[in-house]
Parts: sequence; C-alpha cells; structure tokens
Amino acid sequence: MLKGGRSLERGVSLRSGARVEDALERLGHEVLPLEADGEMVKHLSAGQPDVAFVAMHGAGGEDGTAQELLEILGIPFTGPGVAACGRCMDKVQAKHEFRAAGVQTPDWFAFNETAFRELGAADALGGLEERLGFPLVVKPSRGGSALGIKFAENWFDVPEALVSAFSYDNRVLLERFVDGRELAVSVLGGEPLPVVEAIPQSGDLYDFEARYEIGRTSFVCPAELSSGETAALTEAALGAYAALGCSGFSRVDLILAADGPQVLEVNAIPGLTDTSLLPQAAEAAGMTFEQLVEKILDLALAPAGA
Amino acid sequence: MSDPPHRRRAHASSSDLERYAGLFAERTRVMRSSAMRDLMAITARPEVISLAGGLPDTSTFPPQTFAAQMTRIAQESAAEALQYGPTEGFRETVDCIVEVMGAEGMLPDPDDVIVTTGGQQAIDLICKALVDPGDAVICEAPTYPGAIPVFCSYQAETIQIECDAEGMRIAELEDTLERLELEGRRPKFIYSVPTFQNPAGVTMSLERRRRLVELARQRELLVVEDNPYGLLRFGGEALPPLYQLDGGDYVLYIGTFSKILSPGIRLGWAVAPPPVMEKVVLGKQASDLCTSTLTQYFVREYFAEGRWREYIASLGDIYRSRRDAMVEALGRYFPPQASWTEPEGGLFIWATLPPYIDTSDLLARALREDVAFVPGQAAYVDGRGRNSMRLNFSAGDENEIREGIRRIGKAIEAQVELYGALTGGAEGPHMPAGAAEDMGGIDSQSNPSPSISDSPETDSTVVPFRKAGGA
Repeated sequence: MLKGGRSLERGVSLRSGARVEDALERLGHEVLPLEADGEMVKHLSAGQPDVAFVAMHGAGGEDGTAQELLEILGIPFTGPGVAACGRCMDKVQAKHEFRAAGVQTPDWFAFNETAFRELGAADALGGLEERLGFPLVVKPSRGGSALGIKFAENWFDVPEALVSAFSYDNRVLLERFVDGRELAVSVLGGEPLPVVEAIPQSGDLYDFEARYEIGRTSFVCPAELSSGETAALTEAALGAYAALGCSGFSRVDLILAADGPQVLEVNAIPGLTDTSLLPQAAEAAGMTFEQLVEKILDLALAPAGA
Repeated sequence: MSDPPHRRRAHASSSDLERYAGLFAERTRVMRSSAMRDLMAITARPEVISLAGGLPDTSTFPPQTFAAQMTRIAQESAAEALQYGPTEGFRETVDCIVEVMGAEGMLPDPDDVIVTTGGQQAIDLICKALVDPGDAVICEAPTYPGAIPVFCSYQAETIQIECDAEGMRIAELEDTLERLELEGRRPKFIYSVPTFQNPAGVTMSLERRRRLVELARQRELLVVEDNPYGLLRFGGEALPPLYQLDGGDYVLYIGTFSKILSPGIRLGWAVAPPPVMEKVVLGKQASDLCTSTLTQYFVREYFAEGRWREYIASLGDIYRSRRDAMVEALGRYFPPQASWTEPEGGLFIWATLPPYIDTSDLLARALREDVAFVPGQAAYVDGRGRNSMRLNFSAGDENEIREGIRRIGKAIEAQVELYGALTGGAEGPHMPAGAAEDMGGIDSQSNPSPSISDSPETDSTVVPFRKAGGA
C-alpha cells in the first residue's frame, strides 16, 4: 500500500490510502502500509509484496516515477503503467494524444517557462484571442486537484494567471473555456462505470477545497443524461483512456458542451477518498468499496494485455 | 512501519455520506477549515523551514522549574489537582490573571474574570453568548485567521475594516457603522487585536484607541479586545489597552497564557461585565464544565515563584533579535516592490508583494524551496489579501529565519522575473495593439500600497507602512 509522498496532493493521498488500507484488511489481505519516502524501496525489497496498491496522487506517484521503481523490483502494481501515467500526468502531452486519436478536447496553447524568460514568448500571446477567445483557462501542465488553475476573463488577467500556473509546473497551457456540465467517467478494466456529474455549490470553479470537503460539491450519479449523451460521453472517455494507453482503472474528466463532450484530462490514479468520484461511480454500478478494491487488485495481477 | 493493532470503522459509502449530509446542522454549510490545510500537510517535512506557524518558543522554559512545580503539585495537592474545578476557574488563577493585567495597567474586578481553555475558547464563548445567525460582527482586515472559523460557525456576517500602520481605520469603521444603521442593523461587537496584531504585526495608535472606545460608548457597542501579545513588547512605548481606556463597560477583554508562558497548558481568560459574564459562564458549562484543573495549579505554582516577569523579558530579548534578523533578511532578499510591517512586539510580520503575485500559488513554489508561510487570504473572509503573507519570527532561530526568507525571496524573484518577461517589465504589459488602452489599474511596477490590502490612498487618516528601502 503506497501512499503519501511529497506532492502537493499528499493530504488527499493519505486519505485515499487509509480507506483502501481498511478495505484490503477487511478483504483478508496482509497489508504493508508504506509512506513514499527515502525508505520505500528498502521496505518494498524487504517486504516482498505480491502486489503494490498505488494510492499516490500528483508528482512522484501518479506520474510514473513510483511505477518505474515497481517495475524494476518486479512487483505488479495497480493502475496504469509507467508510460500511461506519464501521459496522463502531463496535460499537454495527453491533449496531443487525444487529438491524434480523434478525441475531442478544447483548443489550447502550451508554453514553457523558458519560452517566456528566454525566447520572448510573450509576443506570441497576441494570437490567443483569435485562436482561443476569452475567457480562457490557464493551468499547469502537470498537477492535479485544480491547484493553480485560473480563469482569464481578458488580456489583463493573463500574465497574473500565468505567474500562478508556473508556480506549480514549468509548463502551462492556455485552454479555450468550454461552457457545459462537468462530468466524470471512471473506467475500470476497460469498462465504463456510470457517469458522475459534479455540481459545485459555491463559486464558479470546481476548486481544490470543493473537491475534498463533504458538502461543498454535490454529485449526481448516475448523472441525468439522455441515452445519446451517455453514449457520446462514454465513447469519448473510452477513446481518451485508450489514447493514453491506460489499464487497470482511471477517471476521465469531461465537459458536456452544446456540441458534444470535450475531454479535459485523464486522472491515472483518481482519488479514493470519501468524496471521490470513482468510488461513487462504482457504487452506482452496484459495487461496494471492497469489491472495487478487489477488482483493482485483480486487474493488477491479470496477465498483461487483459 | 506498521501501526499498532487497532479496529477501524468501515468506510463511509456515498449513501452513508448522503445520510450524514442530511443530518448536518445548517451552520456546517458555512463552517470553514483552514484554507491551506492540504498544502500545509507537506510542511511537516523536517527539511521545510516553516515561517507559517504562530508558535512561541517554549524551549527556553527551564525543565527543572517545570519538574519542580509539577512535583510540588503531586506531593501537596494531587487529589485536588486531579479533580473538577469551578466553571469560572479557581480564584488563585484569577489572582494571577489580575497580576498579569495589572502589568499592562488594567485593574479588572476579579468577579468579572472567567478562566477559559485558551483565548480561542474565549472568542467562541463570547460569540455563543452574543451572535445569532446573520448578525454582523466587525473585525480588522486582515484579522486573526483563527477568529474567522469561529465567526463562521456562529453564522455571523463578518465585516472587515481595513488596517494600516496605526491599526484599524476608525474613519472607515464609522462609515460602516453609519451604513449598518441605515440598514437598521447594529453589529454585535467589534473584534480587535489592537497590539502587535496577528497577522499584520501593527499596533493601534493611542488616538485611534481613544476614538474607538469613545465610539463604543456613544453608540453603546461592544468591543472585544483580544490581547495575546501586549506583554511581548521589545521596542517603543507601551500603549494603554482598550480595556483600560474604557474601564470595562463596553470593552470585553480576552487574554491568554499561551504566548507568555505556554500554549500547551491551554489557559486563557475573558473579562466581561456581569450580565455578559453570566451568559458566558452558562456557555462554558455546556462546553466543557471547567478548564483543566491541573494546568491552573501549574500556573498558580509558577506565579508563586515570582519570576514570570523575568521570563517574559527573556522572551522579548529572544524575539527582538529574531525580528531584527527577519527585517534585515527581508530588506536583502525581497524585491523593492515589496513592503512589510516592522512590529515592536508580538510574533508576526505581514509582507505585501506586487499585486500580480498570488501568495497561495507562491506557496507551491516556496514549498519546492522547502519553506512555508501563511498566504494572506487566510486572514480575510472575502478573498482579499491574495498578494500578502504572514511571516512568523518567534518559532525559529536567526539562521533559520534568514535562510527561510532567502528561500521565499528566491521564489518571489522567479515570479517577478516571469511577470516582467510576460509584460515587458517596467514598460508596461506586453499586449497587442489596442488592448493597452483598457489597461485599468494593472501596473507591473506597482507602488506598495499604504494599506494592507491595496485600497487607494484617498484618506488623510491613512498611515502608510514602511516601504522596502525607505526610512
């Protein structure tokens, strides 16, 4: 059971980890809880686990770093593999993959910090209005849980929003704002779970606090959708999941706009806290949390390609 | 590595959550946790220099003194010290409190004093006695971040009055009171930390203190004076507390042993006129019956020794030197557009950065440099304070402070440089032709604002902060 780590989402990971740990124990497994720290590899080597349950979010755990180590040690692990984790974690790379696979995703531009510092990229921002329009969304390329995401209503918000986003990563993207319903499709072993809709109760942004505080956001699962909408969302989600080469489980976040679904991102290791969306979707599909955890383990132990 | 064996409850499913959600009191909708809880979860790493806490340095309290006093309690009064005590607190504790307040020139009637479980409980009990949902409560902007969750949990409407270098702007307070009166409303109380304010470090001037007390009298309004730091003065002249100026008719007073002795003993107090006190006592009975008897015995023993003034003086020496180190480091490592307060006491400095820097995001960059601070937003109810931060100088030594400020300075420098690259630096924002006409107030080389949260200097009563590089 790997949890914690140094990422900004450490707190969320600890909560996900604690829940999964309980479930694993109730399922009768012998659990070795490990903090992702300097001793992790030593403890993994000594403990010789049959499988590693990775409940880490953000840099270090969700980006393929921990997965790479597990591969070297020959320990099977839950969730997507090294390459897929890397693609999910980097929103810019993920969006390129979506485009290549014909999956709809909002238009965007991406910049490195060095492009602004050394190459005068600020002069290129002039093309933004024409290409993306306002408002637009500024986000760090790697990062989760809405940290560092800002809306720019007009030109004058852009520099400040970029400074904020660059606090989290040296690459940021400016993305066309797509108005619509916020939905999440969790995929478990290649199969879609019922669609969850997130309805923030306050403010205009589904932000970090709202995501993890009970009562701040209301969730509807299954979301009220026509069968056509559900089919379109599911197809887009499975397309995104496949485009990034995910396996095991992942969660695809989408906006349902007037002209159909647009994929925002794929979370390689979605949250498993009390307010997270994957457990809610599983429950709507008739699975208990224990059954969900067992299924995730089975997928990790299944022969490659399953 | 693994935890000791224990039973854990089954996890909550989403239908359980729905069921609990239906049971939650209305007030939980507005209850707030500390905004940066998750980011702070990683500041516990040992390599992080945290300037975020508000911890006094308890390491200089002599362990032998502590041991001797606790031994004496065990030998002489074990049964009593392990027993419940009166809700109001022991008379002996109140005597110590009267002595402490006397050191700042106050002379409370011992019957007006209640011993509380920290100053935080005093805020809670006063709200419990006075605040109904929707009532207006007035406080400073910025205000003590720990007071906001209390006001929120009693569903108060919190109205914040701008602070400058001389504390709460009383002219703005008067305007606000006028506006409320037109709406047919009266605030339940005005909460102020007039001396070495948390988080801003500023002290209300004598003139403003007098006006505030006068205003309270004229309008028959209550003022809650929270004074945890008054005795931690290490420069300048002491000013009379509001309680002393008023005589205790309209000013309720909150004190604590946390910063002058120990926060671990959880001992604070409130002083209020008898009608208010009666309700506060009833509220405390319902909350916790009485404050820890054991720690009240400890305080009694400690005061009997008669060296408490020396101890506070020694803390003052330590904190002065740490403040000096921080101020010096700020001058060296923060950019010229930054400004900060220079407190003559207390535990905190409030720094304000160029308006385009959001300190919540800056914290993410700072944490990569292994340093933490409190983003200014935590001290406001309305999202203001985004470009400010609270810096604590009491918890770490001079070297840690210098290194911590150097690291924060490095993170700020990166933001400033980037903003410069994005906007063309001092020449103004880098915008396509035409866009610049609508530039409004954004200015990459903005002057530090005299106020704590960037409102224009239109008022002759505004007293600017010291500016970086200035006198």
